[in-house]
Parts: sequence; structure tokens; C-alpha cells
Amino acid sequence: MTLEQLMFYGLGAVGIGSGLLVVTRRNPVMSALSLVLNFFCLAGLYLTLNAQFIAVIQIIVYAGAIMVLFLFVIMLLNLRDERALSDRLSARKIIGAGLAFGLLLQVLYILMSAADGFPQKDEALAVSTGTVEVIGVQLFTTFLFPFEITSLLLTAAIVGAVLLAKKKLD
Amino acid sequence: MDLLEPIIKIAVVLGALLTASAIVVLFDRKFSAYIQNRYGPNRVGPGGWMQSIADVVKLVMKEDIVPKAANRFVHDLAPMISITVALTTFAVIPFGDTIPLFGKEYNLIIADVNVGILYILAMTGMGVYGLTLAGWSSNNKYSLFGGLRSSAQLISYELSMGLSLIGVIMIAGTLQIDDIVRSQTGYWFGWIPQWNVISQPIGFITFFVASFAETNRLPFDLPEAEPELVGGYHTEYSGMKFGLFFLSEYANMIVSSALITALFLGGWHLPFAETWGLDPLVLALLKIGAFMFKMFIIISFYVVIRWTLPRFRYDQLMNLGWKVMLPVSIANVLATGVVMLWLTR
Amino acid sequence: MLTYTDFLLAMPLFSLTVTVLLIIATEAARVGRARFSQFLAITGLLVTSLLAGLNLRESGVAFQGMIATDAASSYLTILLSLAGIVTALVARPYFEHRDAHRGEFYILLLFAIIGMVLMASANDLITLFLGIELMSFCLYVLAGFERTKDKQNESALKYFLLGAFASAFLLYGIALIYGSVGSTNLDAIARAYAGISNQPLFLLGTAMLIVGLGFKVAAVPFHMWAPDVYEGAPTVVTGFMATAGKSAAFAALAIVMIRTFDIGGSTTADVLALLAAASMVLGNVVAIAQTNLKRMLAYSSVAHAGYLLAGVAAGTAEGFAGVFLYLTAYTVTTLGAFAVIGWHERTNDEGTSLDDYVGLSQHQPVIAAVMALYMFSLTGIPPFAGFIGKYYVFMAAVRADLTWLAIVGVLTSAVSAFYYLRVIVMMYFRERDGEHIPLPRIPVMIALGITAALVIVVGVLPSTVLQLFMPAM
Repeated sequence: MTLEQLMFYGLGAVGIGSGLLVVTRRNPVMSALSLVLNFFCLAGLYLTLNAQFIAVIQIIVYAGAIMVLFLFVIMLLNLRDERALSDRLSARKIIGAGLAFGLLLQVLYILMSAADGFPQKDEALAVSTGTVEVIGVQLFTTFLFPFEITSLLLTAAIVGAVLLAKKKLD
Repeated sequence: MDLLEPIIKIAVVLGALLTASAIVVLFDRKFSAYIQNRYGPNRVGPGGWMQSIADVVKLVMKEDIVPKAANRFVHDLAPMISITVALTTFAVIPFGDTIPLFGKEYNLIIADVNVGILYILAMTGMGVYGLTLAGWSSNNKYSLFGGLRSSAQLISYELSMGLSLIGVIMIAGTLQIDDIVRSQTGYWFGWIPQWNVISQPIGFITFFVASFAETNRLPFDLPEAEPELVGGYHTEYSGMKFGLFFLSEYANMIVSSALITALFLGGWHLPFAETWGLDPLVLALLKIGAFMFKMFIIISFYVVIRWTLPRFRYDQLMNLGWKVMLPVSIANVLATGVVMLWLTR
Repeated sequence: MLTYTDFLLAMPLFSLTVTVLLIIATEAARVGRARFSQFLAITGLLVTSLLAGLNLRESGVAFQGMIATDAASSYLTILLSLAGIVTALVARPYFEHRDAHRGEFYILLLFAIIGMVLMASANDLITLFLGIELMSFCLYVLAGFERTKDKQNESALKYFLLGAFASAFLLYGIALIYGSVGSTNLDAIARAYAGISNQPLFLLGTAMLIVGLGFKVAAVPFHMWAPDVYEGAPTVVTGFMATAGKSAAFAALAIVMIRTFDIGGSTTADVLALLAAASMVLGNVVAIAQTNLKRMLAYSSVAHAGYLLAGVAAGTAEGFAGVFLYLTAYTVTTLGAFAVIGWHERTNDEGTSLDDYVGLSQHQPVIAAVMALYMFSLTGIPPFAGFIGKYYVFMAAVRADLTWLAIVGVLTSAVSAFYYLRVIVMMYFRERDGEHIPLPRIPVMIALGITAALVIVVGVLPSTVLQLFMPAM
């Protein structure tokens, strides 16, 4: 097994494990921390694909900013262990879980059967496209339009958030 | 792959960083005492110079108390996060030019990552977790307030910190810190060194202010404001776990002064040293000395500020961060862009 | 490089963006009150529809293939602007009555329309996704616009949580399609479609895409949110999201499924046909049991999603035309119906139940007549707009060998007559004992006039309307 494969399987295993922890922990803070761990594994996987910029941005934006805000809110609400959600097991839940599991099997089956058709990783291409320079140029030429639309999206979200959260509207 | 070189570098840097932290703690106390016209620590060793060592011994020997209602796992995790973040950030900061040793040139940087600046921003972002989790896991309202304040404060100032660096990045055209230091070679009019502090004064000021906030130093030490919050996020910590928080705070201070030196004050550049005709090894050592001297100046400034300015109130802190620092640093990016466009016209 | 043409083709988007920024600026500077924002919004929407009208005979891709402007997208821009104008007209009396008239409504309204126009003119899955998100964000907030009311909060939160869930499916679908094609550009996908249309990975992506878009159009079985959200949201907002939101989502669905994928006769078309049949049956049957008019129209909108899906499932140019024509009919009719409900609604949220409409014709004969007109159109009775829409959609389905689907459609339309006509029966054939409600204010009258006139015009002159967005047909 090469180092790269070792990294992939290791990070993948930890990533899946922490993903499971996110949904199974009763303490919301622990769930949030598991999610942070999950983001780190994801960033590590990006690194194995030579996408350094995306990896670091994943950490800065998701682990460093968004999850901190999550934690902030959880602490502010002083949420304690969540028991109400997990103690009752109704038929509805069992059916839902069954369907979700069925969907998972389908997706897995398709991904497995399609595995041969996946394009192989092109090392040279990965190195040349993962850099900050290339991403920056792409962002300001080919993807300029979506980039600007994203700014509109954020403005709209800010207006909405202020409207919903402002203490006193005049 | 030659693993020996990085391992030695890590060992040297880590050792130096920890020793430097101990020295800076003492320097902080001595200098504070001088400003307040007191003696400061003067019992342990000659003139009190062994005080830090005694403190470390004391902290290690002390009982580690964990409150009954605390979340044990997170309570243990928080100081580890803090110290890890503080110590690993230094990995991407170059503290000297290449040094010729045993017939080979060595880079004086542990990891020359090509997204160095982003790595530092990511790491400072992680630093929030140590403080926030410490505050939450202690199950104490003062600690919680400290933790909440720290997460709000760090998030608010991280933005202007990142934005104030954009100007530097635009001028240097790279995110690699070593290259940014090298881009500060040369002189304007033959005698003004091309340091970013001169071409990016506003970026320098905003970054400097933000770094105060990121290191929780006065006037931004709300997360541990003693009169209001007992001790803030680390109220319920004792023994070496408290020591780790204490250590990481000073390590953070050293790292951010190193960062300011590298990004704005020309890093290890010693003006006109190349013209003195020195032996390459001596020159390299001199440059390391220059780097440390610049860091020392910044650290002294940290201490002076501590006893000059009062602590901000929480709303003033937020106002300053969002309504002054952020617009100013955005305007700085715009101005830098306009000037660069005009110069390359 | 960007050229002059890029900007010319995106002119409606620019005018909308400039308008919304202008409103934000005036709101922030407190230059005018909310009614000034309303004025700006209506003016901006009029300018936008004018610019879109100028683009009706233009076509081309702009901004490195990110958006494509053609007759259909320009036509839909006009339709969406119209929906925006009608909503803005109705909003002021509605919210002023409730002491909740604020300029933010128009900001969010216009942002939502920008998102919808993007969906209608997307030529790249990234633009499509951003458009959907921009629209959805605004609709989530608008659904809870009067934030002190519990019902609206519930509605907004439900919509948001389920909408975010659906967006995740959509995004995963886009990622899988990108994985199998190697591009998110719709032209590139269309070129590659013949070679990959049977690849499992691509089919999985398509399925996820259908789940995501199916949620946005409220098709069975992704319709569960619709009744609660439609009932809880402010009535003007319900009207807007039931019409403009659905139009944009169907335009996106039609662009992806018909123009890009060319699904005619494939398994994907069968899946869509099944969803269509389920929506028609469930929407119409459950609507019968509803006593609240808003809830009834929510189920009816599920049913209409079914009819529209029949056009998409046909997968032909005829189906495409049918969908657009149906959207026109559905939008003008339903907007009008919600305008009437909004006028009839009391400030304490009462007055939306079916019993409240008893004998309305006796003291407000004009409004009752207009409402009856909408109900006839929704049932699909000629010569009103609804009939024409259904006719084109079912014809497309029959020609695409989906005769069974057309039969289901016609049968369920007959069922739907029961609950639509019940409203008319209530208004005309029962004695009034409720309170007297004053005539609506002038803007609402204008809105009712516009929609009622269009219901008749589209019904009488369908080929003229068809010419607008399908010059070739």
C-alpha cells in the first residue's frame, strides 16, 4: 500500500467515523466537535488530491468560522443532552431509517458498479489546477458571473438575517 | 526522503519557542514592574531571572483539579488545542535567510508551504476552539462568558486580519511567506528599505491591532477580564493545564510578532548588510539576529500598550472591529489595487 | 473576454440588480418610507420587463456560457416581472393593514426574482444552483415576514429546513453529473448526453436533480411542505411563491430535462410521468377535503405541478411550449386568486376558510365575479387560460405516447371541478350572514384587473402568446 492509499483510507475511516459521531452524540457540543474533525479529514483528502487551496479554505471557512458560530449558538442556548429525540422509536422512524438505508445501498451499488468508468487521477493536471493562481484566474474569468451572483446571494442572506434577527424594527 | 533535516529544525524551533515564551513571560513582568515603578519578580535567582523556571516547576507539581460538573473530555482537550495551535503556527514562518552549514545551504523555515498565509489564518481560526471549549466545558458561568466573548472577538477580528494582509499579498504576488520576505529586498531611492510597513502602512496598523485581539492582549483581553470574569475561560483550570493556556498565550504573542516582522518589517533583512563584505555564515547569523531584534521591538510594544490603554467595553470592541477595522482594511485593498494599476499602467 | 453583447443579453438581470441595490441604499439612508421602496420596485420591474421584451428576438450565451438568453427565457422574465409587479401592488394594502409594511419586503422580492430569472436563463448547472438558492433564501425569509406571528415562523422554519435538505440532494446530483460528464455547462452536457445517458452514475445524478427540483415545484412525493408553508405564510407571499417560484423551478426543469437531456421516451421520462400522475391524483383528491382556501390552493398547486410535469415528461418541443403556456395561465390565475384571498383575509388570519366566502356575490358582486373567473380557469373550462394550458400539455403527452397520463390528467381535472366550483357555489348560491367587507383599495383592483384580463387574453389568443416564446412554432 502506498503512502497515498494509506492516507486515503485512514482519513476516510476517521471521516466516516466522525460523521457517525455527529449524528449519534446526544451532546450537541460533541456533535459539533465531531463535525470539525470530519472537516479536517475532508481537508486532508483534498490535500491528497493536491488541492491545497481548497483544503485550507475548507478549514478556514468551515472549521474556523462556521463551526465556531455553531458552537457559539449552542453555548448561548445552553443546550444540554438531547434525549427527547432518541428515546422514542416509532414505526414512522423505522420506515424512514429503512428507506434511507435502502437509498444508501443503491448509491453504494451504483458507485461501485461505475468505479471502472471513473477517470484516473492525473497527477500533473492536479498539481497545475490546484494552485491559488489557477483558481484565482478561473474565478475572475470563466466563473466571474457565478462569483458575482454569489455576492448577491450573500447580500440577500444578510438582508434576510437582519430582518429576522433585529431586535427592534422601526 | 531526508527526514532528519525537518526533525532537527522542529526540535530547534520548538525548544527555542518554549524557552522564548518563558523569557517573554519574565520580560513582561519585569517591564510591567518598571512601568509601574515596582521591582517585579526579584527573589528566585539573581535579580529574579529564574522566576519562570520556578513557575513551571510549581505548575507541574500542582494538583490538577477538574470541577465535578465539567465535561472531562473537553476540559482536557481545550488546553491541548490551544498549545498545539500556538506551537504549530511557527512552522511556516522563515526566521532567517538560507544558512550555509557543513557545505550545504539550509532554509531556515520548517515547512515552506505555498499557501503559508492561509495556513496561518486557518491555524489562528482553530485557536478559538481552545478558548471557547475551555469556557464551555468548565460549566461555570464566568468561564462560559469568557469563552463566548473569545469566539465573538476572534471571529470579528479574523476578518480584518485576513483582509489587511491582502495588500501585502497583492504586492508580493504570492502566499508563500518566504517569498513575501524576499519580495521586501531592495531600496527605494537607494536608502529606504522596501519593507511592507512603508508601502502598506494602513495594512500594517490594522494587522497589528487585529493581532492584539487575536492574542487576547490588553486592550482586547475581554475573554479573561479579571475584574468582571474572575479569570475568564480558564477560571476552572489549575496545574499544568492552566500552564498550557498561559504558555500558549505567550507563544501566540511571539508567533504574531514573528509574523508581523516577516510580513511587514522585512523579515530577516538587515539593511545594507550585504555591502559589508562579511563571511556568509556570519551574515546569516546576523540576519537571524536582526529577525529576533525586530520581534523583540514588537513584543516590547505589546507590553507598553498593556499598561497604556484601558480595556475596551464589549460593544466598543465590536464597533471597532466591524465598523472601523473592517471598512478600513477593505478600503486599503481597494487603494492598493488602484495604486498598483496606476504604477503598472 | 467580456463583450458588449454579454451585457446586452443580461440586461434584465442588471436592471433588477441595480433596482435592488437602489432600494437597499434608500432604505439604509432612510430617504423614503416603505411606499417609496414599493414605487422603486414596481418601476424597476417595469423597466426589466421592457428590457426583456427587447431581448425577445435575441438569443445567445453570455459570460463564458454561464447564462443563455433566448425567447423563452426573456418571455419568462417578463412573466416573473409581472408576478412581481402584481405582488408588489397587493403587498402594500395587505401589510399596511397589519402594521407590517416594510421596505425589506421589496428587497427580498426583487432578490427572489433575480434568482428566478437566473434559473430561467441558466446555461450552467452552477448558475442554476445559485439561482435556486437565491430564490429560496428570499422565500424562506418572506414566508416568515411578520416575525411575531407563530404560524409564519413555523412556516418559514419548515420551508427552510426541508428546502435546505432538498438543496443538498440537488447539489449532490449536480456533482454526480459533473463527475460523469466532466463539465457543468449545459451545452457540454447536451453534447455528451447521447453517450452517457445510460451510465448509472449519470442516472443517479439525474435522479438527485429530480428530487431537488421536485421539491421546489412541490410534486408528489416531495410536496409535504407545501400545505403548511402555503397556509402559514402571509397570503401575498404565498401567492408569489406558488406562482413565480413554481414557474422558475419548472422553467429550470424544462431547460434541463427537455433541452439539455432530451429525455423523450427514456426511463427518466417514465419516472417524471409517474411523479406527474401521483401529483395529479393526490393533489386533487386531498384538495377536496380542505376547508381553508389557502390550504386548498396549496393542494391544487400540487395538482398543477402534476399537469406541468406531464408536459416535461413528454420531453418534446411541444411539451416545452405546453409547460410555458401552462405556467403563464397558472401564474396569472393563481396570483389573482391569492390577491382576492389576501383582500378577504382579516388581520387575525381569519377569513380564509371556505365558509367565510358564503354569499360574497351579494355585497361584492365584482370581486365575486372575478374570483369565479379564476376558479373556472383553474378548473380548465374554456375559453379561459387554464383550459389552453391543459390542452397543450395533454396534447404533448399524447403525442409522446403518454396517453395514459393524459387520461389521468383529464379525469383528475374533472375531480378538481368539484372543489373549485364549490367556491363559486358558496359565493353565489348561499345567503350571506357574515360581516361586510369594504371594496379593495385601488392597487389591489389594478392587480385584479391585470390578472383577470390576462386570464381571458391568454385563453382567447393562445397562439399570440405562443409566438412570443416560441417564434418557430
